[in-house]
Amino acid sequence: MSAIARIGAVADKEFRQLSRDRITFGMVVMLPLIYLLLFGYAINPMVRDLPIGIVDLSGSAAVRAITEQVRVTQVVDIVATYATPAEAEAALIAGEVRAVLVFPHNLTQRLASGDVVAQWMVDGSDTMIGNALLGLREMPLQLEAGVPVGAYGPRKPSFEVALFFNPERRSAVNIVPGLAAITLTMTMILFTSVALVREREHGNLELLITTPIHPLELMIGKLLPYVLAGLVQLVIILGLGSVLFSVAFQGSLVHLGVVTVLFIVANLALGLLISTIAQTQMQAMQLTIFVLLPSVLLSGFMFPYEAMPVAAQYIAEVLPATHFMRLIRGVFLRGADSMQLLPDVLWLAAFTAIMLAIATHRFTKTLD
Amino acid sequence: MTELAICTRQLTRRFGDATAVGGVDLNIARGQIYGFLGPNGSGKTTTIRMLCGLLTPTEGSVDVLGMRIPDEAEALRRRIGYMTQKFALYDDLTVEENMRFISRIFGLGRAQTTQRINELLEHYDLVAMRRRRAADMSGGQRQRLALATATLHRPELLFLDEPTSAVDPENRRAFWEKLFDLVDQGTTILVSTHYMDEAERCHELAILNLGQLCAQGSPARLMHQLGGRVVEVHGPKLRQAKDALLQLPQVQSAAQQGLALRVLLREPCQDAATILASALPGGEHSFEEARASLEDVFVASTGDNPHAERHQ
Repeated sequence: MSAIARIGAVADKEFRQLSRDRITFGMVVMLPLIYLLLFGYAINPMVRDLPIGIVDLSGSAAVRAITEQVRVTQVVDIVATYATPAEAEAALIAGEVRAVLVFPHNLTQRLASGDVVAQWMVDGSDTMIGNALLGLREMPLQLEAGVPVGAYGPRKPSFEVALFFNPERRSAVNIVPGLAAITLTMTMILFTSVALVREREHGNLELLITTPIHPLELMIGKLLPYVLAGLVQLVIILGLGSVLFSVAFQGSLVHLGVVTVLFIVANLALGLLISTIAQTQMQAMQLTIFVLLPSVLLSGFMFPYEAMPVAAQYIAEVLPATHFMRLIRGVFLRGADSMQLLPDVLWLAAFTAIMLAIATHRFTKTLD
Repeated sequence: MTELAICTRQLTRRFGDATAVGGVDLNIARGQIYGFLGPNGSGKTTTIRMLCGLLTPTEGSVDVLGMRIPDEAEALRRRIGYMTQKFALYDDLTVEENMRFISRIFGLGRAQTTQRINELLEHYDLVAMRRRRAADMSGGQRQRLALATATLHRPELLFLDEPTSAVDPENRRAFWEKLFDLVDQGTTILVSTHYMDEAERCHELAILNLGQLCAQGSPARLMHQLGGRVVEVHGPKLRQAKDALLQLPQVQSAAQQGLALRVLLREPCQDAATILASALPGGEHSFEEARASLEDVFVASTGDNPHAERHQ
C-alpha cells in the first residue's frame, strides 16, 4: 500500500509543478487545439489551384474554350500568359508558375485531326504537382456543347505532358532538398532556443549582464558558430542525397550558399527569440516543436502550398521553412539563381532582422 | 569626482507588495572594504543588484563612482567587477578559457589579456589549474577563479555577493587576505555576508534586516556602543533561566552560548547583576559583564537574534 501512496505523492507533486509551469501547461491545452484547427483545415492532399501560365502560339479562338475547361477542373489557376515557351520556362524556373500550357501554332489542324492538342510544361520538382497535372492529360475536351474533340477520329490524350527537372518522377528528387529544410529548421531553432536559457539556468547570465557586452553583440556571437553547424548539415544532406539518391544538382553553389546561410540565420534568430521567452530548457524545447510541426506540414514539404486554404497560406508565408523550400527546390533542382527568387530571399533577410531586433529588445541587461 | 564610491538616498525596491529594500541611505567611502551584514532575505543581494544597475530602484537615488544609476549603468559596467552569489563562470570551460572570455568581453587587448591572466593565476595560486575545467575544481578554487576573473579589468569597485558561502574556514581566511591586497591597490570592495567573523574584518559595516538599514559604522564602534549592555550568566539550568530572564522588561534577548547565557539589555545598566538576579532566585547564578560581539550588535540593532528564538 505504501507503494501506492508514494506513487500518489510523486504524481501529485508532478501535477503541481506542471500546473505552475505556465508555458508547459499552455502547451498541454494549446498544442492539440491549435494543431487540430490548423492542420485539420489546412492539410489537403488533393491538389488544387496550382498557378499556371498559358502560351498561345496559335491565335485560335479554341484556346479560350480549352483553357476554360482546364480551369473548371479547379486543379489549376491561370495566373499568367507568356508570349514564348522560353519566357514560360524562365517563369517555371523562377517558381512563378507550377506549369505552363502551350498551345502550338497548328492548334486548329490538330483539333481537326483529333491529335494531341497542347503541351503542358510542368515543374516536376514537386512530385505531387507533377502527378496532379499528369491526371489532366486524358481529360475530355469539348469545343461546342455535346461535341467532344476528336470524337470522330482515333482516341488520343488531350495533352502531352513534359515534366521538367524530374522527368522520372522520383520522390527522392523532391524529398532530399525538402529534408534539408526540415532538418535545418529543427536543429537550428533548437540550438539557439536553449542558448540563453541555459546561461540563465546555470547562473552565467547574471555575470554576463554586468559586463559591457551589448545585447546585439551577445545575440550575434551566439549565432555564428551554429551557422557553420548548419552548413555542415546541409552538405551532409545534399551531398549524400545526391550520391545515394542520384539527385542531380542543377544550380550554382554560390546561390545555394547564399540562400542556405540566410535560412540558417533566420532560424537561429527565431531560436534566440524563443530563448528570450522560455524560462527553462524544457519550455524552449516545447516552443521549438510548436514551430517545427507547421514547418513540416505547411511549408510545402509534405503537401503543395497551393492546395492549402488562403488562411493557412498566410501562416505558411510567415515560416522561414516555406520560403527556403521554394528557394532550395528552385536553386537545387531548377537551377534558379537568387535574383529570380528575390521575394523569398528578401523575406528571409527581413525575418532575420525582425527576429533579432525583437530578441535584442526583449533581452534587457537587467533582472527587473 | 566624489570621495564617496557609493551614495544612495532612500533606496527602495518593491516586488509586488513586498518591500525587499526600503529607504536605505548609504555613504560608502573609497578604498575600503564595506560589508553588508544580514540574514538571508534581508535585502543584501537586491541592494547590490540595484547598485550595479541590474535592478531598477522603485524609489530613491543611486550614485556609484559619480555616476547616476541606472541611467549610466552601461558606463559603470567597465569600472566595476561583480562576483555573483552563485558561481557564474562556465563549468565546461577551463580556468584560462573562462578568464580569456571575460577579458575579451571587457575589451582587453591580446597582450594585456595574457599578461593579466598570468599575473592573476600566480596571485590567486591557480597556475596549476590553468587547463582544469571549472566543473572539476573545489569550492575554494572556483571562488578564487571568480575573484581573479572579476578583477581582470582592474575595476575600481568590486561587488562580492556572499563570496565565501561555499568555502571552508581556511580558504575564507586566505580569501580575505586577497581582498585586503586589492584594497591596498586602491580598490573599493562591497561584500555581503551573513558570517559575523567576516563582517568583523570589514572597515565599515551596514547591518540589514528585512530590507531596512539597521546600523552603519565600523565594527569596533558598533561594538563599543553596546558597552554595559551585555552580560554573561553562568549557572545551572540555563534553558529555564533564559525563559525567566526574558520576562524582565530590561532584557532584550538571551541566547545560550556553550555553558553561558548571553543576555542583552535594552539600556546600559550599572546594577545589571541585581536586576537579573531578581529573576533567578536561589543565588546559583553568577553574572559578568562581557565585551559586546558583532552578534550582539546585530541583535541589538535588529531586535532579532539570528541564532536564537525570536523575542516578543
